[in-house]
Amino acid sequence: MRAWLPFPLQSAFLFCMWLLLNQSLAVPHVLFALIAAWFLPWWLRGLQPIRAQQVRKPKVIVVLFFHVLWDIVISAWAVSVVIWGPAWRRQHSGFMTIPLDMESMHGQAVLACIINSTPGTVWAEFTDDRRYLMIHVLDLRDEDAWRTLIKERYERPLMEIFGS
Amino acid sequence: MVDDAPAWLLFIVSLLLILGGVLALTGGVGLLRLSNFYQRTHAPSLPATLGIGCVLIASMLFFSVTSGRFVLHELLITMAVLLSAPVTAMMLNRAAIERDRRQYREDAPVPPGRPIKASPTGERNE
Repeated sequence: MRAWLPFPLQSAFLFCMWLLLNQSLAVPHVLFALIAAWFLPWWLRGLQPIRAQQVRKPKVIVVLFFHVLWDIVISAWAVSVVIWGPAWRRQHSGFMTIPLDMESMHGQAVLACIINSTPGTVWAEFTDDRRYLMIHVLDLRDEDAWRTLIKERYERPLMEIFGS
Repeated sequence: MVDDAPAWLLFIVSLLLILGGVLALTGGVGLLRLSNFYQRTHAPSLPATLGIGCVLIASMLFFSVTSGRFVLHELLITMAVLLSAPVTAMMLNRAAIERDRRQYREDAPVPPGRPIKASPTGERNE
């Protein structure tokens, strides 16, 4: 099973993507979707991505997803205010450091995606020991608030999901 | 096609399109008004997340209702943009930090670790 279908989730995803692209459920499309869904992950298995050991707590995942969506809306507003607002609003940007407790590589990757997709924060640097994260923040007036936001709102649920 | 569409749909769709357009404009204006590279990496993330989200939801709504079936392949665009835009922002930021350090700029950010303190970029103009 593992040898022939190394990444079942990825295969399922490719299958759906192929059908969505073609916008059809006709037999030839489904057939091609099946072939693509089987062949591509099998062909690329040599890349050997590291698997997440276990992904737990679907409820936490859903809650985190909606938190992130909401935060994207809120911070889009905040960034718009900074851009259109008076000049002093644009003089509070800066780099800040956050000590990370999370050890899971996959959790860190998801955290990077969350930080980069919320407007106003960009992932800037990660130390080699993977303990300190530096981000650039557009409106860095309250450093502690940002630190709490990232640690409490994102890191903690991610640690629950990826288990460390 | 537009003539057949119900009024409520047109209202919601145009609201979403205007919002998306305003966000794209804000992103563009941000590139002009923000004063240094690090700040400017934040501007394009507006249209890349919420802006494109609004436009694609509008598109999905409009074509789903007018054609009477679910039109979902816009989700693929959302996904492609959502996956690529954050990576681009991060790579650009990393490259800029590397450039600053190689030029021994005094305001280049100190590598993270102890002591934890902020490196401001607010006063910087370039």
